[in-house]
This record gives sequence, C-alpha cells and structure tokens, in this order.
Amino acid sequence: MNYVLIFIGAAVINNFVLAYFLGICPFLGVSTDLKKASGMGFAVMFVMLLAAASTWLIYYRVLIPYNLQYLQYVAFILVIASLVQFVEMFLKKFVPPLYRGLGIYLPLITTNCAILGLTLFMVIKRYKFVESIFYALGAGGGFLMALLIMAGIRERLETADVPVPFRGAGIALITAGCLALAFMGFSGVMK
Amino acid sequence: MKNFVKGLFKENPILCYLLGLCPTLAVTTNAVNALTMGLGVIFVLFFSNVIISLIGKVVPKQVRIASFIVVIATFVTVTDIFLKANFPALSKALGPFIPLIVVNCIILGRAEVFASKNNLVSSAFDALGMGIGFTVTLLVMGAVREILGMGTVFGITVLPGFFPKFLVMILPAGAFITLGLLVGLHEAVLKKGTLPSRRPCKV
Repeated sequence: MNYVLIFIGAAVINNFVLAYFLGICPFLGVSTDLKKASGMGFAVMFVMLLAAASTWLIYYRVLIPYNLQYLQYVAFILVIASLVQFVEMFLKKFVPPLYRGLGIYLPLITTNCAILGLTLFMVIKRYKFVESIFYALGAGGGFLMALLIMAGIRERLETADVPVPFRGAGIALITAGCLALAFMGFSGVMK
Repeated sequence: MKNFVKGLFKENPILCYLLGLCPTLAVTTNAVNALTMGLGVIFVLFFSNVIISLIGKVVPKQVRIASFIVVIATFVTVTDIFLKANFPALSKALGPFIPLIVVNCIILGRAEVFASKNNLVSSAFDALGMGIGFTVTLLVMGAVREILGMGTVFGITVLPGFFPKFLVMILPAGAFITLGLLVGLHEAVLKKGTLPSRRPCKV
C-alpha cells in the first residue's frame, strides 16, 4: 500500500513538472508533437529508474560509510551523465529514428533537473531501496503524462489565433499554468 | 563591456533563451528567496566561467561537458555549505533548489557557448551580465507574485487590506502564468524597431 501511495504521490499529486517545476526545458522543448514527446518521456523515465537505483546504492553504500556526503552532488551528477551516455549509445544502435528525432534533447537529459531533483528528494525523504524505485517510476510516469498532455494541447494551439508576441514560448507557459491549475485539484487527496 | 550589457535585457537568459526555468519558477514565491537564488547563481556562474575560460583549451573535447559539470558542482557545494552555515532558514526554504543550480542550464550553457572559447576577462563580464540579468528577472517575478499573492514585498505590506489577494499567484500555476506574460512582454518590447516578421529572440 505504501508503495502505491509513493507512486501516485509522485506521479499525480506532486507532479514533478507541474508542482515542483523540474524538467521544464524538455517540457517546453519537445512538447511540440506527440511522437517526440512520448520518446522523450520514456527516455527520461528509464534514466530516472536507473539513476534512482544507482545513486541510492552509491549514497548509502559508499558515501555514508566513508563519511563523504559532501561529494553527493558531484557523485550524483557524474552517475547521471554516464547513464545518459549509455542510453544514447543504446538508442543510436537499436532505435535510430527515435535517436535522430530526439536530437539535442537526449544529451540534455543530463542537465534535466527532474533527474538530479529525483535523486536529491530520494535522499531528503529517506526512502529505502524499493521505495526509491517506486518513487522513480511515479516521477517518470508523471513526467511522461504531463509531456503527453502538453503535446496534445500544443498541436491544437498551432492553429489558434494567438497575439504575435505570445506565439511559441509565451503561450506555452500560460498553457502550462492552466494545466498546473487543473492538477491542483489533486492536492489533498493524500497527505 | 558589450559582453556585460547583452545579458541584462536583449539576450536575457530567462526571457530570451528560456534557460534556467526550474529555479525561476520554483523559488520566486517571494522576493527574498528570489534574490538569494539570484546571488547564488551569480557566484557559481562567475567562478565557473573564470575557471572554465582558463581550462577550456586544455580539456579534451570528449570529456569537456563532464569536466565543466564537475567544476560547477564544486562551486555549488561551496554555496550550499555557506548558506547552510550562515543562513539556515533561507537554506531550508530553498531546499533542493540550491543543489539544483548544478543542472541550471544557464551555467553549463555559458560555459559551453562562451567561457570555453573566450579569454578570462570577457568570460568574467559575460558571467556578471548574464547573472545580473537572471537575478533581476527573478526579482521581478518574485516581487510581482508576492505583491499579488500576499500583498507584501520583502515581507513589508504594500497593498491596502481591502485589495483582494490572488492566492493562485504564489501557487505553481501563478508562476507559469507570470513567466508566460513576462516572456510575451519582453518579446513585444524587443520587436519594436525590428522587422515584424523576424523573431528577435531565437528559442
């Protein structure tokens, strides 16, 4: 039951994009069409899962026993950077169309705050190993969901009559605001 | 001098390049948090730009991103420890967003685009300009949200009591909407004097 709560909490109630503002760059950058959005969403979810597992092991099995907590940020970002490199090589070899479609946004997952944020929250909330895995799945799922909803809306926005200065980024941010407002309806569902 | 001025408004990192949006949206619930975040970023950006402009030409191309991130992470750790020791309340309010400066795209972006290719002095001015542009934008957002949401700025009441408080402004939704309006405004101001068909700011 606890695991289900962690999953739903991370995915819907404290959605990483709409409540914590993590991962806004790809959220605005690749949400222009549904195909790219789903590719990016799954890539992030996958990296999150691997990152949560490996940083948990590093933090609790290496950094704490040797009293090296001050290396936390450096260690975490290096783990994430190498994971992203790995995913990039994997996609290049096995799913080339998706690799080309994601383009610049793939290496940018390294600087996607959602992933470093996830690992930091995992430490702050003192999750155990299995709980961290569910937390990562929930966060990744929530990211994917927000990205897909946004991509769906933006495909319609293409044809809308928006005031010129607001075209592109401006209206996308305001749309995101409306989405965040809608997601606020979930707050209070659980503590 | 040119390197300093461009970051302030014309190539403002937030409004023009849409970089560093996570902290922009998350910590601007009031003006004090916004200012702290801005100063933290100026510090990290300045020192990482200086160091990277020095090592930029020596580091092999393949490992440059990784080495830049390590430099940045080091200065972020310094900032984090400093805030924890001297301003524990602020450090608590900003929570994980101080360590998240590591992945603030402005810093890595400037390192990659500017500091690794330019000399020390122009990199330092570039960092100051970009950092101040970032801080000012953050401060404007923080002040607007605090005034509309709570009726105060820096904790001092500015709006008369009968004025309604828009609670939504200090919630996540208000952050997105404020930033959306600012981006539109920036675009509209810049567009005056340029050709109407051309986007002055490429995203």
